[in-house]
Amino acid sequence: MITLLLILTPLVAGLIAFVLKQGNSAKTFALLASIATLAIALVAVFTTGEIGYDAAWLNNLGSRITLKADGMAKMLSLLTAVSFPLIFTAVYNNEYKNAASFYGLMLLSQAGLMGVFLASDALLFYFFWELALIPVYFLCSIWGGEKRIAVTFKFFVYTFIGSLLMLIGLLFMYFNTADQSFSLQSFYAVKLTAQQETIMFWLFFIAFAIKMPIFPFHTWQPDAYEQSPTATTMVMSGIMVKMGVFAVIRWILPMFPNAAAQSANLVIILSIIGMIYASLIAIRQDDIKRMIAYSSIAHIGLMSAAMFTNNQTAMDGVMIQMFSHGVNVIGLWIIADLIEKQLGTRNMSQLGGLAQKAPVMAILLVIMALANVALPLTNAFIGEFLMFNGLFQYNMVMAAIAGISIILAAVYTLNMVQRVIYGELNVITEKATDIPLNVKLALVIITLLVLVFGVFPQPLLNLTGDSVSALFVKK
Amino acid sequence: MSKIAFLVPLFPLLGFLINGLGRQRLSKSAVGIIGSGMIFLSFLTSCFLFGQVYGAAANSGGAPINSVVTLFNFIQTEAFTIPFAFQIDQLSVLFLLIITGIGFLIHLYSTAYMKEEAPHHFARYFAYLNLFVFSMLLLVMGSNYVIMFIGWEGVGLCSYLLIGYWFKNGDYNYAAKKAFIMNRIGDLGFLLAVFWLIFKLGTVNYTDVFAGISQLSAFDITAITTLLFVGAMGKSAQIPLYTWLPDAMAGPTPVSALIHAATMVTAGIYMIARSNILYTMAPATQTLVAVIGLATAIFAATIALKQNDIKKVLAYSTVSQLGYMFLGLGVGAYTGAVFHVMTHAFFKALLFLGAGSVIHAMHHEQDIRKMGNLKKYMPITHITFLLACLAIAGIPPFSGFFSKDEILVAAYSSNPLFYYIGVGGALMTAFYMFRLYTLTFLGNFRGTHEQEHHLHESPSAMTIPLIVLAVLSVVGGFIGIPAVFAENQHWLQNFLAPIFAESTKLAEEHHLTHSQEYLMMGVVTLLIVFVIAFAVKSYKNYQNTNDTEESGLGKLLLNKWYVDELYNTIVVNPLNALGGILKNVVEKSGIDGAVNGVGKLVAYGSRQLRLIQSGQVASYLLIMILSMVVFFIVWFNDSTIIRFLDKIF
Repeated sequence: MITLLLILTPLVAGLIAFVLKQGNSAKTFALLASIATLAIALVAVFTTGEIGYDAAWLNNLGSRITLKADGMAKMLSLLTAVSFPLIFTAVYNNEYKNAASFYGLMLLSQAGLMGVFLASDALLFYFFWELALIPVYFLCSIWGGEKRIAVTFKFFVYTFIGSLLMLIGLLFMYFNTADQSFSLQSFYAVKLTAQQETIMFWLFFIAFAIKMPIFPFHTWQPDAYEQSPTATTMVMSGIMVKMGVFAVIRWILPMFPNAAAQSANLVIILSIIGMIYASLIAIRQDDIKRMIAYSSIAHIGLMSAAMFTNNQTAMDGVMIQMFSHGVNVIGLWIIADLIEKQLGTRNMSQLGGLAQKAPVMAILLVIMALANVALPLTNAFIGEFLMFNGLFQYNMVMAAIAGISIILAAVYTLNMVQRVIYGELNVITEKATDIPLNVKLALVIITLLVLVFGVFPQPLLNLTGDSVSALFVKK
Repeated sequence: MSKIAFLVPLFPLLGFLINGLGRQRLSKSAVGIIGSGMIFLSFLTSCFLFGQVYGAAANSGGAPINSVVTLFNFIQTEAFTIPFAFQIDQLSVLFLLIITGIGFLIHLYSTAYMKEEAPHHFARYFAYLNLFVFSMLLLVMGSNYVIMFIGWEGVGLCSYLLIGYWFKNGDYNYAAKKAFIMNRIGDLGFLLAVFWLIFKLGTVNYTDVFAGISQLSAFDITAITTLLFVGAMGKSAQIPLYTWLPDAMAGPTPVSALIHAATMVTAGIYMIARSNILYTMAPATQTLVAVIGLATAIFAATIALKQNDIKKVLAYSTVSQLGYMFLGLGVGAYTGAVFHVMTHAFFKALLFLGAGSVIHAMHHEQDIRKMGNLKKYMPITHITFLLACLAIAGIPPFSGFFSKDEILVAAYSSNPLFYYIGVGGALMTAFYMFRLYTLTFLGNFRGTHEQEHHLHESPSAMTIPLIVLAVLSVVGGFIGIPAVFAENQHWLQNFLAPIFAESTKLAEEHHLTHSQEYLMMGVVTLLIVFVIAFAVKSYKNYQNTNDTEESGLGKLLLNKWYVDELYNTIVVNPLNALGGILKNVVEKSGIDGAVNGVGKLVAYGSRQLRLIQSGQVASYLLIMILSMVVFFIVWFNDSTIIRFLDKIF
């Protein structure tokens, strides 16, 4: 029941938001609804053991509304539930034209995300996958930046191809289930020939790789992040990329273990190339948003490499990093948005000296930057440490090469810090003021999450421990 | 062991939080009292711990003392557990005293040195300083390599924050960033070593690692120690990762004292001393450590010969002295290296604080060519600085003599060539230090009249630390009296013996005869005295002519062998260029081009099908269904499709 509420609350709230009068009511309503969802998610997290829901749906197709929340699903529901109130708080002062629709779409997307993480039925999973994505097309194409139409189109083409591949895969699997069912358990039980398994693996993998994204399927992302309204960008990079990571862990690895093991080397090498590639590009970015986008690609690359190492510690790292990366990257976007809204530019070359005008913002930016370079005692360190550790056991040389990204991360992140907040003021930054209260609140909460889970990561590790061990017992 | 160990890092952490969060409200005096007071409390706790360890060691009769205090489990997975725990034994407690003791003096000094800063910047400064000490304490107190790594990266962060403390200046920010990134290169090596340990032993706790050493192959040990040493190269500024340290003087001068003496750069020495058994079992790595250390000692000393910035000379002298410590570690003289860390902490802190006093009096002038005759105006600074110079030059019975002698004697036993080169470096040390001393304090004043008019001795908050450090620099060596003077009077060696016991067992005994040792000491001391006299004579009547263009070797040294330029050419610029190519060429026309091609193809196809006007989502659905139909026809037979359609409709 709790799991159903996690989806229904944002879904119903989203539909209600559409019909609300314009003005402040929509954003206040959305914020309250997202806080309600957070409360439900906390109940879910503190309920021990697997929780779920099951009801009839398309019976003759063999598809049911089956929701299940194991540790990983709980953790990602929590991430989704924590992120939305933070996002709504941070953008509370932004004026969106047609705000009711904006917030309605955001909430619908949240419902879709919850569904993706909780669904234990393939058709339902696909349905929610699209429910999460389609609002984003609208959000980007209506409220986005100058190049939004072209960018939405590119984003659309990519995800369209991905969804198509996934749908083909799902249907193939469905036809091969023993009981003609879409249930996850039936999918796990499908017996495939080696060749079929390999083909299926790549169908699903490319679908999810686009979403994460993994090099070379990533080029939609910097554009989409840059052009979307920042609130949507936060959803995309904070939570939505985790759909891809999640889907690999929930669907690919248990369904196609042999193909995954065979292709592991290739995937890991691609991921590592992507890490270095994206880091080198991040160094050369002038636009804060694009820099964060490439930095994010590098971080996701490590997760995707770690997933395929077949190492339990690495998987623990992936789990905790999904949460940490989600929270931290939202923090970075909040600051990028604040700077853009206030000064009208995101180009670092036009910024500088903000530490004098906006000291609180500067401090919070430095903390976010430190989390971005995974400094010990920030939450990101735990995940990176565990993932690199697993990668090292998989292949020392690969771990060493991937490790270069740790150094490069320091280069581009500190570059950003230096060019934005240090140095002398200029005509643009002269007029900056410090951080508004609502943004400060959101960032302080993120800072606390960064530090608390950086020092005491064990609760999160324990939460997802069951999902990880289930993955390794199965084999 | 003592339950109160956690207080040692807790006090500076509290100081950081109070001063950091209260920076807009607290007065400068409150900030100074909190900032220094917290370190003093830490120092008192450390003294207490030292007493406990000393007592326990006396009772245990040379056996290792059980000394781990676990706070909680930091990371626990199926494969391994990393406790958040402290190890309070002879080695860590010695470092605690150095860090908190000298740290406190530097804090005290800072209250006067930084008093012209605005209150909230003053508070920011002290908050950073406290955080720095906190990180360093974690580094030495941790009972495993991961806790050490937390402190290891933590001091990197704090040096970044403090070097770039005056954040309006672009050069300073650049220096700060350089420090952090160079450290990170080393940190990667450290991390890989930690992963290696986990891989092979499933633990990172010192006690378990050292107990399980027999399960490691010789290759493992060599690899682990080499990777750890890469970390030490970054943190302790050794070739090739040393260039950040001389630039680090961009920070306020007391920060340099903190970085160069009490914290940060000694981390590498501590780490190797802590892992001594691993290094003893990896002779190849030991040779590498010794060679790198010696090369750094000489290389940095040559650069120091020609620098004109008072802090730059001192910075290169630190790099050089650290090289001696690594030489000591490399030849197995672990006690000697730790001894030199300690005496060096005394005289280098003194030198930097003395330099700060000079810079303070000279109104931020750092060029020694524009100083001179300061002994007349600053008697305390002058005397204490002179004592520090004598100590670093290695004149008996000042502290530097004993520790450097111990390292050099051990180097001779290992390889006489190390000894001769090391002595060469020591002579250069004597020369550049007394060049610095003479140009600053002797001769004629060469600054402006304005500056001369304002010359003054520093306030007592600055001179008291100078005096305390001067006393320590003079007498600090007596805790390590070599056997040649008196048998078994080497207090430090006896105290640290349990830490290095396993290594001592494995090491081959080399003993020089007493007459040999006396001869070596005597000759070296004579040479040093001669060099000092030569330096003073050469620079006593120095006139700042400004127009003497350096050429040849002098120019090479003045420009620090062009190493920064070399690194820019072979690493920084190519990486930047590569990033540019990836960004502008590969990303735009390569990958993106291909995708846009697909996109255009879809768009074109859609146009041909006259579907575009129905909107994107509609065409998306339609194409999806069409493709599915195609796919069905290819992949499935008719009956499956009919069955499926039957179910839907």
